[in-house]
Amino acid sequence: MTPSRATLSIVPEPADRPVKLSVRGVRKSFTTGSGTRIAALEDVSFDVAVGEFVCLIGPSGCGKSTILNLLAGLELPDEGQVLIDGRPIVEPGPDRALLFQDPALFPWLSVRQNVEYALRLTGLGPGETHDTADGWLAKVHLSAFADLQPHELSGGMRHRAALARALACQPDVLLADEPFGALDAQMREILQKELQLVWTELGNTFVFVTHNVREAVFLADRVIVLSARPGTPLEEYRISTPRPRSFEDVLVAKVVLDIHEHLAKEVERAAREEGLRPGLA
Amino acid sequence: MPRAKRVFDQVWPRAALVGAILLVWWAVYETGLIDPDKLPSPADVWNAFTSNLTGEDGLLPAARGSLIRLAFGLSVAVVVGTLIGFAMVASVAVQRSIGTLMTALQALPSIAWLPLAIVWFDFSERAVMFVVFIGGVPAVAIATAISIRQVPPTLTRAARTMGAKGWTLQRTVVLPACVPGYWTGLQQAWAVAWRALLAAEIIRVGAARGLGHLLEASAQDISLIIAVMGVIVVIGLAIDYGFSVVDRRIRGKRGSPVPA
Repeated sequence: MTPSRATLSIVPEPADRPVKLSVRGVRKSFTTGSGTRIAALEDVSFDVAVGEFVCLIGPSGCGKSTILNLLAGLELPDEGQVLIDGRPIVEPGPDRALLFQDPALFPWLSVRQNVEYALRLTGLGPGETHDTADGWLAKVHLSAFADLQPHELSGGMRHRAALARALACQPDVLLADEPFGALDAQMREILQKELQLVWTELGNTFVFVTHNVREAVFLADRVIVLSARPGTPLEEYRISTPRPRSFEDVLVAKVVLDIHEHLAKEVERAAREEGLRPGLA
Repeated sequence: MPRAKRVFDQVWPRAALVGAILLVWWAVYETGLIDPDKLPSPADVWNAFTSNLTGEDGLLPAARGSLIRLAFGLSVAVVVGTLIGFAMVASVAVQRSIGTLMTALQALPSIAWLPLAIVWFDFSERAVMFVVFIGGVPAVAIATAISIRQVPPTLTRAARTMGAKGWTLQRTVVLPACVPGYWTGLQQAWAVAWRALLAAEIIRVGAARGLGHLLEASAQDISLIIAVMGVIVVIGLAIDYGFSVVDRRIRGKRGSPVPA
């Protein structure tokens, strides 16, 4: 496991839990439309323990989403390894559910049918999915809306439905790519609190990408700060505040400030470099 | 909104348009500026319509003949065009070869095929079917391919991360997701096929009577010509309305914007 370079932890790191996900020496670059090679990730290594909640944070374009796509198996690394339980990740699988900024609910299915869709893929028969789906919808407080079509829900409710659908796969690992990025601040906060409750109950391994520092610190066991492109881990913060947490918690506020300061410097540095090398970005 | 009010809102602009056209037509006729042999009165046309409804050369049998041809020709075009559309999405080579051919065919008005069709099939039913088919296929194929390509990648990505792949992914996500675009494509394809069919009929291709034949055969009777044109338009509106009703259902359920 990569040692924490900086920590604001008030308790020692938890007893060693088995490693669920590991990213080892990963490099990834893309070819742009105009044919330029752009390095998205440069020598990225970190582990995620079983049941750990890790937030990846960094300036936009730092390759956070790329890391998530690699973990999901939607993309493969150019170099290095991405492992789950020690086995290389080569394709998407129901053991890793992914939440996006777009809830990506199927518009031709009702809310319940969306959850049932995931259940059918796990091998449940057509007669067995209805009640199980309702169970998951109850967990995210959508029982009353099960028969509606996704477009009839509010933005926040759509995200809850997407969460229910992801949880219905009973994945070992949940991956989230700025899932609440498009919501207003109040709705965001409500969903963050709900997510915290659901996660505390289920205890899945969670990798959560965001550019919202408050969100990261509120949710995570550990926050990994990435550099500007090409992304590489700069700093790690272990957040040991017990759950349920509140946004008013002093330690949470302190870590948020600290990360903000760090990120601001990084963004400034990246902007300066891009200014010195025009046309590269 | 109460149902009566909704229906009224749908009907009145259309009724107003028909009324306005009739009024202008009738006013122009009354002025006597245009020779009544060239522009009959609305009443003359209505008489031509009612007195030519049935019988061997009647409007109803002709409309029936044309619609049966359309149904046959369009069905074959939809099946073949859909399969070609799938193949265009599945293979880049097919897209570049057959896809280009489809675009090329679309540039050619279906009626331009008539001389060749007559040489190949004589003035037979097969010649009509061929023209309808060649008009409908590219429209259906291109619409199929576009509708599949426009399936939001977020949906397929979400399904893949839940473990759907291969045929399951196609059947449960790609096919349902492309339905609205595909239906719009069909709505355009039928109009292309309908125009191709009437053009072929006007040139007296095909054995049985159709509306196009009637148009050509009644060249001496200006009132009947206008009556036939009216029937063609009304049939077109009716079929288009049928497509729109289904389209509204599909889009309404998904919350996609529905045209007024």
